[in-house]
Amino acid sequence: MSDASGKMKGRRRWAVAGVVVIAATFGWLLYGGLDKNVVFFLTPAELLAKGTDGVEVPVRLGGQVKPGSVAWDDQTLDLNFVVVDGVGEVKVHSTGAPPQMFRDGMGVIVEGQFGRDGVFRSSSLMVKHSNEYRPPAEGQRPQEMYKTLFKESPK
Amino acid sequence: MMGPLGHGALLVALVVAACGMLLIPIATRRKRRDWQLIGYAAVHTNFLLLTVAMIAMVTALVTHDFSVSYVAQVGSRATPLLYTIISLWGALEGSILLWGWVLALYVSAVLWINQDREGDLVPYAMTVLLGVMLFFVILLVGPANPFGTVFPVPLDGPGPNPLLQNHWLMAVHPPLLYMGYVGMAVPFAFAMGAMLAGEVAQDGWMRLVRRWMLVSWGFLAAAIIAGMWWSYEVLGWGGYWAWDPVENASFMPWLTATAYLHSAMVQERRGMLRLWNVNLVVGTFVLTILGTFLTRSGIISSVHAFTTGAIGYYFLSFIAIVLVMALVMVAGNSEKLRTVGTLDSALSRETAFLGNNLLFTAFTFTVLVGTLYPLVSEAIQGVKVSVGEPFFNRMSLPIMVLLLFLMGVGPALPWRSAPPGVVRDKLLPPIVGGVLLAAVAFLLGSRGGWALVTFLFVGYSATITFREFYIGSAARHRAHGEGWATALLRLVGANPRRYGGYVAHLGIFIVAIGIAASGGSRLEREATLAPGDSLTLGDVTVALRGVWGRQEPQRYVIGATLELRSASGAVIDTLAPRMNFYPSSDQPVPTPDVNSTVFRDVYANLQTFREDGSTATVKLIREPLVSWIWMGGGVLVLGALISLLAGPRRREPEAA
Repeated sequence: MSDASGKMKGRRRWAVAGVVVIAATFGWLLYGGLDKNVVFFLTPAELLAKGTDGVEVPVRLGGQVKPGSVAWDDQTLDLNFVVVDGVGEVKVHSTGAPPQMFRDGMGVIVEGQFGRDGVFRSSSLMVKHSNEYRPPAEGQRPQEMYKTLFKESPK
Repeated sequence: MMGPLGHGALLVALVVAACGMLLIPIATRRKRRDWQLIGYAAVHTNFLLLTVAMIAMVTALVTHDFSVSYVAQVGSRATPLLYTIISLWGALEGSILLWGWVLALYVSAVLWINQDREGDLVPYAMTVLLGVMLFFVILLVGPANPFGTVFPVPLDGPGPNPLLQNHWLMAVHPPLLYMGYVGMAVPFAFAMGAMLAGEVAQDGWMRLVRRWMLVSWGFLAAAIIAGMWWSYEVLGWGGYWAWDPVENASFMPWLTATAYLHSAMVQERRGMLRLWNVNLVVGTFVLTILGTFLTRSGIISSVHAFTTGAIGYYFLSFIAIVLVMALVMVAGNSEKLRTVGTLDSALSRETAFLGNNLLFTAFTFTVLVGTLYPLVSEAIQGVKVSVGEPFFNRMSLPIMVLLLFLMGVGPALPWRSAPPGVVRDKLLPPIVGGVLLAAVAFLLGSRGGWALVTFLFVGYSATITFREFYIGSAARHRAHGEGWATALLRLVGANPRRYGGYVAHLGIFIVAIGIAASGGSRLEREATLAPGDSLTLGDVTVALRGVWGRQEPQRYVIGATLELRSASGAVIDTLAPRMNFYPSSDQPVPTPDVNSTVFRDVYANLQTFREDGSTATVKLIREPLVSWIWMGGGVLVLGALISLLAGPRRREPEAA
C-alpha cells in the first residue's frame, strides 16, 4: 500500500469522527432545546390535574370563556376572565385589549404560565377558529351592533 | 357549463399524462424517435388541457357560476373582481388546480427548450415530470375536484376566506410560492432522469438544471418575503415571522435549494459532493410536497388549513413513493456518484462551501424537527403540544450568524488553497468594517447580543463583498479607461453568475440588518383613547381624531383615525387602522395601518372599540428598519435575475 493512500485513509477516519461529533452535539442541542420549549396543549381540567407539574411552565390553555366572568379595565388594560371546559375552571389574567368579539362561551386559547397563586398569566390570547368560518349570529352582525357608527356619513 | 368543460379537460389530461409517461420511456428504450415525439406531443397537450381547466375555473368564478362546487365554496357576488379571481387559490381545490397548471407550464417549457438535446436524459426527465403531473391530475379528478356539481344551484356564496380577501399581497404571495415550489420538480426530474439514462456520472444534467433551480429559488425567495410582508400588513401583531408551520413549510425547501446552489459550484469546479447534490435535489422536491401536504391537508391547524379529508393519504403515499424510488436509484448509482476531487486545504473556498452546507442542513433539520414534533407527539403519545418560538430562535440564531460570517469568508478565499499571507490579507482587514457597523448600531440604540453579532458579521461580510466589486471595477477602470459606472456594469456583465451571487448576498445582508434592527429595538404601547387623547411612543405621538363606520359592498368597516406627530409636534401622517367585518365570519379581520420610512415604521392597530365609538383601544408599535426586509428581498431577487443572464459554463469539465 502506498504512503499516499494510507494518508488518505487516516484523513477520512478523522473526517468521519468529526462528522459524528458534530452530529451528536447538534442532536444533543436539538433534544435539549425541544425538551425545554415544548408547550403543552391543556384544558382547564387537565391543567389542574397536573398539580405542581403544571405550575410555571409554558402552557397553551384551551377552553370556553365562562359566562359573566369577563372583567376588563380599559384604562389599565387589565383583563380577567375564567376559562372552563365543563369540568375544571381556571382564572386567567392578561394585559391588553380583548378581541372585539370577545363573548361569553366563546372558544379561546391562551398561552402563558399557571402561577402558584392559581391565576394563569397569559401572554397571548387567541380566539379559537374552527376550520370553517362561521357567519355571525342574529343580532351580532356589525350593522346591528354598531348602529350609531354606521349612521354617520362615511368619511 | 364550465363545470363539465373543466372536469372533462382534467379527465382527458389524466389519460394523456398517463399515456405520455408510459410511451416516452418505451420509445427511448427502443430508440423509436417517432414514438418519442408522440409522447412529447402528450406533454404539450397536457398543458393545453390544464389551461382549458384553468380558464373554465376562472370563467366560472368571474361569472359567479355557483353550480360549480368550488365557486359555491369560495365565491360571492359582492366580492370585488380582483379578489374573486384570486380566490382561485383561496382554498384547497383551487390551489391544487394552480399547482397542476404551473407544473404543466414548467414541463412544457422545459421540453420546448431542451427537446433537441442528444441522449436519453431529457426523455427520462420528462417521464418523471409526467409522473408528478399524473399525481396532481389524480388529485384534481379525485379528492380535490374543484368542478363538482352543486344542485340546487345556490343564488350566492359565502365569499373567500376573510383573511385572503383583505389585502392585495394575497394576489402576489401564493402565485410566487407556487412558481417556486413547483419549479423544484424540474431539478428533481433531471436528477432522476440522469440516473435512469445512465448519465449521472457526467455533470450535464446539472448544467441543464442550473437555471431552472435558480428560477424556482428566486420565486420562492420572493414568495417568502411577500408572505412575511402580508403577515405584517394583515395580522395586526407587528411581526413578520412566527415559525408557524406554514412559514416553515415554505422556508425548508428554500434552505436546501440554497445549499444546492452553493454545493453545485463545488461539484462543477472540483468534482466533489456529487452524491450529496443529488440528495439535496431530491430532498428539496420532497420538502415542497411535504409543505403542500402540511398546508393543504389540514393536519396542522393554521390560517392556511381550512380542510380535512382524504387528501392527506394521497400526499403521504406520494411522498413515500418518491422517497423509495429516489433512495433505490441513488443507492444503485452510488458508484457513479463518487467524488473525483479532494480537499486540498482547510482554508479554501470549498471548505467554506462545505461549512455552508453543514449549516444549511442543520438549519433545515432544526425547522423540520420543530415543525413535525407536534404531529409525532400527538400520533405516538396522544399528547397535544406545540413547539415554542424560543426553540426555533435558540437553534437558528447561531446558525444564521455563522452563515452571515461565511458569506464573507467564502468569497474572500480562493479555490483549492492559498498561501497564509494572502489569506491573512483577505480575511483580517474587513474586521474593521464589522466593528464599525456594530458600533454604529450600538450608538443608535441596538443592545441585544444576537443583534450586535449580526451587525458585526454583516459589516464584515459586506465589506468583503463590496471589496470584490471594487477590485474588479478598479481593474477595468485602469485597464480599459472605463468610467466607474461602466466598469461596474461590465464587470457584472462579464461574470453574471459570480456577481449575481454577490448581489443576492447583499440582499441577504439588507434583510439581516432589517431583522436585527426591528426585532432588537422594538417599542410597543397599548392604550384606550377617547377622541382628543394622545399616546406617545419614543419620538412619535398619535392623537385619536375619531372612530367611524363604513359600509362597503362586501364588508363593514370600522376604523379609527389617528394623527401621527413627530417629537417637535409636526403632523407626519394620518393613520387609519381598521377592522373589516365580512359576512362569512363572526370575527373581524384586523387591518393595521403603517407609516413607513427608510429608518422606521410606526404601526398602529385598532385592538377594540366601544360600541358607540366613544373610545378606541389602540396598539402602537415603533420598529426601526422594517422596510429594509422588503427592499432586501428585492435585491435578493435582482441577484437571482443577474445570475440567470449567465449562459452555460464555457469551460467543459475535465474528461472523466
